[in-house]
Amino acid sequence: MSERPDSFYDVMRRQGISRRSFLKYCSLTASSLALGPQFVGNIVNAMETKPRTPVLWLHGLECTCCSESFIRSAHPLAKDVVLSMLSLDYDDTLMASAGFQAEEVMEETIRKYKGRYILAVEGNPPLNEDGMYCIIGGKPFVERLRYAAKDCAAVIAWGSCASWGCVQAAKPNPTQATPVHKVILDKPVIKVPGCPPIAEVMTAVITYMLTFDKLPDLDRQGRPKMFYGQRIHDKCYRRPHFDAGQFVEHWDDEAARKGYCLYKMGCKGPTTYNACSTVKWNEGTSFPIQSGHGCIGCSEEDFWDKGSFYDRVTQLNVFGVEANADTLGLAAAGAVGLGIAAHAAVSSTRPKHTETQSKEKENV
Amino acid sequence: MSHPALTQTPVYVYEKPVRLWHWINALALVVLAVSGYLIGSPPVVTGGEASDHYLFGYIRFTHFSAGYVLAIGMAGRAYWAMVGNQYARQLFAPEVNQRAWWEGVWHEILWYLFLVPEARKHVGHNPLAGLAIFLFFVVGALFMIVTGFALYSEGLGSGSWADLAFGWVVPLLGGSQATHSWHHLGMWYLVVFMITHIYIVLREQFVSRQSMTSTMIDGWRTWKDDRP
Repeated sequence: MSERPDSFYDVMRRQGISRRSFLKYCSLTASSLALGPQFVGNIVNAMETKPRTPVLWLHGLECTCCSESFIRSAHPLAKDVVLSMLSLDYDDTLMASAGFQAEEVMEETIRKYKGRYILAVEGNPPLNEDGMYCIIGGKPFVERLRYAAKDCAAVIAWGSCASWGCVQAAKPNPTQATPVHKVILDKPVIKVPGCPPIAEVMTAVITYMLTFDKLPDLDRQGRPKMFYGQRIHDKCYRRPHFDAGQFVEHWDDEAARKGYCLYKMGCKGPTTYNACSTVKWNEGTSFPIQSGHGCIGCSEEDFWDKGSFYDRVTQLNVFGVEANADTLGLAAAGAVGLGIAAHAAVSSTRPKHTETQSKEKENV
Repeated sequence: MSHPALTQTPVYVYEKPVRLWHWINALALVVLAVSGYLIGSPPVVTGGEASDHYLFGYIRFTHFSAGYVLAIGMAGRAYWAMVGNQYARQLFAPEVNQRAWWEGVWHEILWYLFLVPEARKHVGHNPLAGLAIFLFFVVGALFMIVTGFALYSEGLGSGSWADLAFGWVVPLLGGSQATHSWHHLGMWYLVVFMITHIYIVLREQFVSRQSMTSTMIDGWRTWKDDRP
């Protein structure tokens, strides 16, 4: 058996694609990328010789909702992603092998593809008590994460857990669950937040990285711009009601039945960066706002600790008190107003110093 | 400058651009506070299609326009601090490095606590006023301009000028919702300033030994007595 790893071409042939179809596909790709015919050869060459990038998929402190979402991808089908596009060498939830055999696969991938494999992380490592709150294969997850990240090309942080910390990092965070980018400091970390992220977003991010062999364009916070560049609000189909001022005020009012904007019900669409309103969920069937409930902002940092899902003006936890900006502000303005009233009252009862004194001085 | 005034003759303190800015700025702040509050707790229109109304759109437009007025006014005022007279500078530069100035702050505090019999005369801001205006208005308004344009950049989209210049603020404050909350709280900070400011300037106009409110109208600081 040759040591040469499978190329894309090898995989495509194995999937029953003829040489002729393969060459057609390469020509089409060249023209769709606006590269003239002379580049067809380059693409053919790349597809024939470039080995598939292996992916290691680790699970830390998480609920597996990212995996559940991932396997429901419709475009492309998760089956195609797993079986042909990427070589998912290790994913303890999806792989057939288990125990020592599985661990061996991980070791082998790290050894064989040093510096070339992608590390996908679902969940995050708890750092408290030396990482004892999450033990996998007899070792704290944080050690395993550092070990696998040492030789990877890039890290994908799946979901809000790996990206921000999510529920297990909610205050007071007893296990000190920590997002991946705060533990792995020397590798690029691509955040794909959401609880879970949209299936198509997950498969698209990983497909992009494997096809183009580079990281997608990331925004300031490390999220792929193509899916996290806009707020849900920016493409929401209820946006016209927002601009008009037609808001739902109770879950059972006429406006709710008419499908008006959920802004006043605390919808976090205006403050949440995600692709829900365009890509939608379950093969493009629907998304939370479409089914009548506001967005809870699950792909935003610390969404769990950002006040109620149902308030527009949310609680601020500052200066040790929990109150929203209006209660704090009204209290402050009220106190100052009372103080001023009292001060004005005292001022009015006092004689005008300047006049009395100047008179006194005149008398002297 | 902030030292007690020795002159007895009226002084032309606030030049025309400063006075014009002051009143435009005051109007902008009121419009911003009202429209901003309505953005947090919007009025509701009923009946008809969405295309029949644009109420919330107009409220937001008003807020954004007034925000531009505030920001451009602030830039213009900063420019005038450089080219205007010596009093134009006081707004941005409380003389915190001078002992006498701090002594003046203390004296003003005692004056408001009714513990000293008479106010000192100041051609420009008295030291306490200078400190309060800097901490509440200058710092507060700059915070509102920065967070305001950061939130505005979310609508303009990534890569827009506002995003490039102010977009970094949003993650710094803990995300979009948190930035909204801080911006909202900043409104109350300025409201507290406005209430206090209006009370104090009216009080000084009547109780102190110099003109106050009228100075911001005609520019002249006049004196009620001829003692130093």
